Amino acid sequence: MSGVQRIAGRAVVVMRSDVDTDQIIPAAWLKMVERTGFGAGLFEAWRKDPGFALNQPGADQAKVLLSGPNFGCGSSREHAVWALQDFGFEAVVAPSFADIFRGNSISAGLVPAQVTDDAAARLAAALAANPDTEVVVDVVARTVSVGAALTEPFQLSDYAQWRLVEGLDDVALTLRHEDEIAAYERQRPEYLPSLA
Amino acid sequence: MTARLFDKVWDRHVVASPDGEPPLLYIDMHLVHEVTSPQAFEALVLTGRRVRRPDLTIATMDHDVPTIGLDKPIADPLAAEQIARLRANCAEHGITLHALGSPQQGIVHVIGPQLGLTQPGMTVVCGDSHTSTHGAFGALAFGIGTSEVEHVLATQTLSQAKPKAMAVTVAGDLPPECTAKDLVLGIIRALGVGGGAGSVIEYRGAAIRGLSMEGRMTVCNMSIEGGARAGMIAPDDTTFGYLEGRKHAPKGAAWERALDEWRSLVTDEDAEFDKEIRVDAAGLRPAVTWGTNPAQSVTIDDVIPEPETAATPAARQAAERALTYMNLKPGTAMRDIPVDTVFIGSCTNGRLEDLRAAAAVIRGRQVHAGVRALVVPGSALVKAQAEEEGLDQQFIAAGFEWRSAGCSMCLGMNGDILSPGERSASTSNRNFEGRQGPGGRTHLVSPAVAAATAVAGHFAVPADL
Repeated sequence: MSGVQRIAGRAVVVMRSDVDTDQIIPAAWLKMVERTGFGAGLFEAWRKDPGFALNQPGADQAKVLLSGPNFGCGSSREHAVWALQDFGFEAVVAPSFADIFRGNSISAGLVPAQVTDDAAARLAAALAANPDTEVVVDVVARTVSVGAALTEPFQLSDYAQWRLVEGLDDVALTLRHEDEIAAYERQRPEYLPSLA
Repeated sequence: MTARLFDKVWDRHVVASPDGEPPLLYIDMHLVHEVTSPQAFEALVLTGRRVRRPDLTIATMDHDVPTIGLDKPIADPLAAEQIARLRANCAEHGITLHALGSPQQGIVHVIGPQLGLTQPGMTVVCGDSHTSTHGAFGALAFGIGTSEVEHVLATQTLSQAKPKAMAVTVAGDLPPECTAKDLVLGIIRALGVGGGAGSVIEYRGAAIRGLSMEGRMTVCNMSIEGGARAGMIAPDDTTFGYLEGRKHAPKGAAWERALDEWRSLVTDEDAEFDKEIRVDAAGLRPAVTWGTNPAQSVTIDDVIPEPETAATPAARQAAERALTYMNLKPGTAMRDIPVDTVFIGSCTNGRLEDLRAAAAVIRGRQVHAGVRALVVPGSALVKAQAEEEGLDQQFIAAGFEWRSAGCSMCLGMNGDILSPGERSASTSNRNFEGRQGPGGRTHLVSPAVAAATAVAGHFAVPADL
């Protein structure tokens, strides 16, 4: 996985709260055994409405999605992250994220940029006025900007930022602790279940 | 130092606490199913790694398996490929698999407890958000994504920032018509769909202690619907009674040692929580959702609420959107809403106790004309036990379809779906738009309400019949 420091491009605004992962990628798509090809199923039901944000001119070039609080709630399907990435999104900006979705995003290299409610409203207003304006998500500075006039800070833990910027292999990071894992395993209680 | 149940389980699983990084947590049991694992196995092989602990990993097929015609090849080629992939991956990596057709196959969150693989004080993960179910045993159990599935396969650990601890205290006793499902829908109504985000919930209080293990699993199962990653209930004699004698439960002297350990898994008396909400059980009535998230519910005696009464502008907008999608008008009495389909099953309410509760309602009655009604047992064993008790014949005589085990219409991956515009009363866990099939309209209810609704043709409680 390559690292991501700065994302610059168009944004799409879906200002709804509690956007669940069944909307992001419906269950029928989860039968695929690959990590790619999910973009066609992104927001499949909502895209049937010609007025939906993803159906507007230029949306297919978008790199940033701005949405409402509790984004990504529901199912643990990482396919939701893969669908957003396959469509072209590299960051989601929202006032809050569901826990599992946030974890999946960081694992897969999609930036979950958490802004305040007020900041989300200002970003949405700026994009409503000028939908073509370039949006920049600066992962190093932890800011999101709409054009030159509006810059808002976003929250991302130092550890998550490091993993995203460096594009690290999480398993390799953990295997640095091989000795500690082995030591832990030697002292686990014997009554714990095993399928051996 | 005082500790909460959650701290006690957490602390016992910390393998390492590297500077500037989240703790590394050991995983005692990893449950695997066909949908969220193929990409994890593929990545594992591509990076030249192996499954570290196949002995702490168990797999089953549940999400997209057919629930009829098990004697025939799987008709859906994508599902067939995914299921074949799981079979091959388990064979290659030495993982025990309860495949379709085997007596222990079933929904991953039903078979774990059934086999005694879920025990107090353990950490349990699965690439499925309803892994929270296993918290009913005083385990720390939570759903993970596919990258984390790969991580656990490779290392048997997860790097996890410690969540906050929230208490949900339910005082009093559940009224006779109310079940664990009505209780948890009431809790989520109070908490909100994101109210538990960043937290592990401990359910406490007399009403929780009074629940069976099946009821506790129903409550913990839906923790994620309030945004919480996990729910936990301190183990007690109800827990130990359920576990004793199960296949993977400790035996003999090991059982005694385990019991000593398990009895210490309680929140210390003066420990404090980061957040606490209180619910009065006596005030509950059977619950029915009206909207498109599990917090949007009322009682059976209520009417569809006016969106104007919502607490915030965002909640009002969400309510308006939900009512449009559900094709419902504010002020409509819940009992006046007819349904097309009734689904009894899922990891929330697909256990034997749930099927017994539904059967008690439909016995000697008939499913309302024009209503399609399905019972999908949570596991092959639940199905066999129900058949031993004759429940299958009672359901069939009443006009229900009696299916084989799987997730089925809870998420509609296997072809058991609602048609566009169809309305269901469902004992599952999510009423999101299109959850049970594109355009389908889902109302979440308890097994007793689902059964009464199947007979009445509109939302009803058993006492209405």
